Amino acid sequence: MRDKNNIKPGQIQGQKNLWEMVIGLEIHAQISSNSKLFSGASAQFGKQANENVSLVDAAMPGMLPVINEYCIKQAIKSGHALNAKINKFSVFDRKNYFYADLPQGYQISQYKSPIVGQGSIKINDFENNEKIVGIERLHLEQDAGKSLHDQHPSKSFIDLNRTGVALMEIVSKPDLRSPEEAASYVKKIRSILRYVRSCDGNMEEGSLRADCNVSVRRLGEEFGTRCEIKNLNSTKFITQAIQYEAERQVEILEEGGKINQETRLFDTSTGQTRSMRNKEDAHDYRYFPDPDLLPLELEETLINKIKDELPELPDKLSERLINEYKITPYDAAVIVEEREFADYYEIAAQDRDGKLVANWMITELFGAIKKENLSFNDNPVPPQNLNELVFLIENNTISGKIAKEVFLQMMKTSKKPKDIVKEKGLEQVTDDSVIEGYIDSVINDNRDKVEEYLNGKDKLFGFFVGQVMKVSQGKANPNLVNQLLKSKLK
Amino acid sequence: MNNENKINSSSLAKLARLARLEINKDSEDNLIKDLNEIIGFIDQLNEVNTDNVHPLSSVTGHELPLRKDEVIDGDINEKILENAPEQISGYFVVPKVVE
Amino acid sequence: MSELLRLNVSQVLEGIRKKEFSAVELTRCYLDRIEKTKVLNMYLEVSADRAIKMAQIADEKYKNNTARLLEGIPIGVKDMFCTESIKTTASSKILENFVPTYESTVSKKLWEEGAINLGKLSCDEFAMGSSNETAAKGNVINPWRSEEKRSPGGSSGGSAAAVASKSALCAIGTDTGGSIRQPAAFCGIVGMKPTYGRCSRWGIIAFASSLDQAGPLTRNISDSATMLKVMAGHDPKDSTSSLENVPNFNDFLDKGVKGLKIGIPKEYDRKGISEEILKSKEKVIDFFKQNGAEIVNVSLPLTKYALSVYYIVAPAEASSNLARYDGVRYGLRVDGDSLDIMYEKTRGVGFGDEVKRRIMIGTYVLSSGYYDAYYLKAQKVRRLIKNEFDEVFKKVNYILTPTTPTTSFKLGSTQDLLTMYLNDVFTVPASLAGIPGISVPVDLDKNGLPIGVQILGKPFDEGGIFQVGKVIEDSANFDLFSEGSYK
Ligand SMILES: [Mg+2]
Ligand SMILES: [Zn+2]
Repeated sequence: MRDKNNIKPGQIQGQKNLWEMVIGLEIHAQISSNSKLFSGASAQFGKQANENVSLVDAAMPGMLPVINEYCIKQAIKSGHALNAKINKFSVFDRKNYFYADLPQGYQISQYKSPIVGQGSIKINDFENNEKIVGIERLHLEQDAGKSLHDQHPSKSFIDLNRTGVALMEIVSKPDLRSPEEAASYVKKIRSILRYVRSCDGNMEEGSLRADCNVSVRRLGEEFGTRCEIKNLNSTKFITQAIQYEAERQVEILEEGGKINQETRLFDTSTGQTRSMRNKEDAHDYRYFPDPDLLPLELEETLINKIKDELPELPDKLSERLINEYKITPYDAAVIVEEREFADYYEIAAQDRDGKLVANWMITELFGAIKKENLSFNDNPVPPQNLNELVFLIENNTISGKIAKEVFLQMMKTSKKPKDIVKEKGLEQVTDDSVIEGYIDSVINDNRDKVEEYLNGKDKLFGFFVGQVMKVSQGKANPNLVNQLLKSKLK
Repeated sequence: MNNENKINSSSLAKLARLARLEINKDSEDNLIKDLNEIIGFIDQLNEVNTDNVHPLSSVTGHELPLRKDEVIDGDINEKILENAPEQISGYFVVPKVVE
Repeated sequence: MSELLRLNVSQVLEGIRKKEFSAVELTRCYLDRIEKTKVLNMYLEVSADRAIKMAQIADEKYKNNTARLLEGIPIGVKDMFCTESIKTTASSKILENFVPTYESTVSKKLWEEGAINLGKLSCDEFAMGSSNETAAKGNVINPWRSEEKRSPGGSSGGSAAAVASKSALCAIGTDTGGSIRQPAAFCGIVGMKPTYGRCSRWGIIAFASSLDQAGPLTRNISDSATMLKVMAGHDPKDSTSSLENVPNFNDFLDKGVKGLKIGIPKEYDRKGISEEILKSKEKVIDFFKQNGAEIVNVSLPLTKYALSVYYIVAPAEASSNLARYDGVRYGLRVDGDSLDIMYEKTRGVGFGDEVKRRIMIGTYVLSSGYYDAYYLKAQKVRRLIKNEFDEVFKKVNYILTPTTPTTSFKLGSTQDLLTMYLNDVFTVPASLAGIPGISVPVDLDKNGLPIGVQILGKPFDEGGIFQVGKVIEDSANFDLFSEGSYK
């Protein structure tokens, strides 16, 4: 039997066999538009129930959909960002099913002819190798409303604020092989959509949710029967749900059982998946082209124009940052995770030592933000200030150690580092005679140690450096201190 | 006309379930008869050769009109709820749904 | 009957302008008439107070010389149009208490031109029927030979009967497979189904979205042209609404048919059609010849498949359009222990038999395994039918056909489903092709029941259809006030 430690992520050692997960994701990403896909009601989170609802959203008799141009453009842009083919001809279909938060009794979606066809993105697998994940399609559809089941003992409450908000459903190929890969795929999609600003990616608010299709197979064999876990809204839950589900399937298969193709729910409190209650309804969505709409025909020039306007995407940007600023791939990966980080970094690193700025940003700035529980955009240190701080280090105005003190003040007061240094008199001392003065006083106070040092106890050199720095209140230039101490102690 | 019955009691039940229609037991036989009669009638389309014919879903000659992304609707809670058979605190209310 | 009830639209507009009578007087006349014709069961809702108020405003406008196109014209509205603060039910139990908070685009356009809303007219439930027998509130009785209790046709049976019985000066209806033209023929009036996309569908309760069109039902061609001018036009709230310019249709009326080519499709002389109707058609051909038109024999061989296409496409769309009637947000709710039971009971009780049949057929033809064989196939044949019309219209300007295979039948006399469906056999092809068509009354049959003929034209050529229709009207001299019409 295989050693448990040799098992890679995404593999499961059963009693009899070694199994591998096969995962495909359907991501639902809400388009950040002002109004809904087919109505003029606001697409924002409503303050009150049924506030952002038009007669169209409530499916009043005789109401008709009219499509939002902006949403179409966002889908095209996102499609380009996923390196996908944009279809010049696409069709809006009705997906028919009954549910309390689906007022029309059908969802307007795209079935046979989606607006965006096949594409691919790059993720990093568990060994940090690049992996290409195929995108099957991206299509436009309406979001459903919300049912609240916990407000009343025998009733569910229906809020239609979310009804009709534009969604992009992004379907991956079954290319993912571990929960970690799935999580990394979701993060990458999220990051790309945020870069092109088609979706805010706010998973907590449900702007981005994933359905996970999970199956298992013995290594290298045919795909098994899959189950779909619905509506996961964090990468943590995605990881947990997939792991649980795959293990559940392995257990069944090893006992000679069969997997039922079904839709399952993830219970965040138990970490388990369970079959949805109404699964006995064999779904038959009876898709057909929505006769209230016409096919969407796109001009080549529009498709190309949107492509030309695409911002720099994380992969390209990361490559450029590594080359231009000489930072490590790790630093670059952290910095490009959010477009805001990268924008910040490029301002902070202008004319500075890129690696030094990256260190400051990743360690000190992110550390402080995390500690203070701030959002990145609310952080009190504008990139110009970080740039200035690094400049002060580079030109020896302050030492790295003092810089940390200055940085704490910057976080607290939002002041410019130059002003803080001036106010507190933190400029580095680089005047030889002043430093010699410090050294003299240290030598005077430590005659015995000087004796020992001169007698060969070299280790004491560090002690003298420390004492001099202490006397200078940390402001002495450490290089000069070293240099001058060496000549004094001959 | 095709005499083979495409709808029977069990397929009727399945369709009725999909359409969320309660069918009275005593009208079931008639409904099955009617549906089979209609299906027999529409089956005559098999006589028409439609090879290489592109399906027509809209006779409209123009392109899909697009709307500007502006909020010009909503904020009409009262109108939305005015005809509701049951409402509590601004929500529509239905029998409890267990997922 | 008050003499005022005999006036057509242009006569009314002139009469009020010349202060021969007021809009309020005229409206009162119509409201009285509605009372007297109650036995015909046409109005589901009479909005008397509102009508008087609207008439008062109309009189003001005449006084100020700001009268609009239809100032003071009393109109009845098919119950498929949503009317603000007036109950709108589609003649269905499932909407028995529904009061829209909005006004359909088409009806709104009428009120904005000064027309007066008399109330809501019965129709087949959700416009599904050809006899008005599927209405939840009972049949409308055809005003012709009313003692014989005959069908006014359907689904706009209430609209046609109201105009024919002078209980509305004009009415509006919807036509999905013949629902304006067939009842117009049965009731001896003019019924126009415009090109698909001509009138906005916004606010009209949807039956089959790719076929539904609103249109006027009137006593004559000129009224029809005046009404359509107001009803038509682009609506940004309906994606299928056309951008085509709306001409002044009345400008076409005196142009005659000289030099026009009128096609007579041989396939419309089918078995089962009444001899008298065929005779009327021949009579109309003679009118055309006398007025200098050229008669051309044409062929539309796919006509016989049109009904099959229709009975796939319309139910399919209807099954989806009617899914919103679920007892959650408006309309009837029948309680149940679970959401699904509530749905099933609500819809089981709320929909009548014909609606249920069509929902079931629609569900069937769209369901997995049957989609290609039925729905997709029907869409393909629909394309061929449209192509066939396109081809014929390269050879002729207009097509003449009977509107219906028979004249009005006695209510309850048609037991057989397919026989009932055959009522629309001549009107459905134009609906599938999206082209405009009109039914014009020509004659009475030996039982004293009206016979209509249908003129079909190219998309957006309603003007030309009125032009041809006017020649029929002038030659036929059909009298809506003759013996046998409701006194
Ligand atoms: Mg899914
Ligand atoms: Zn989806």
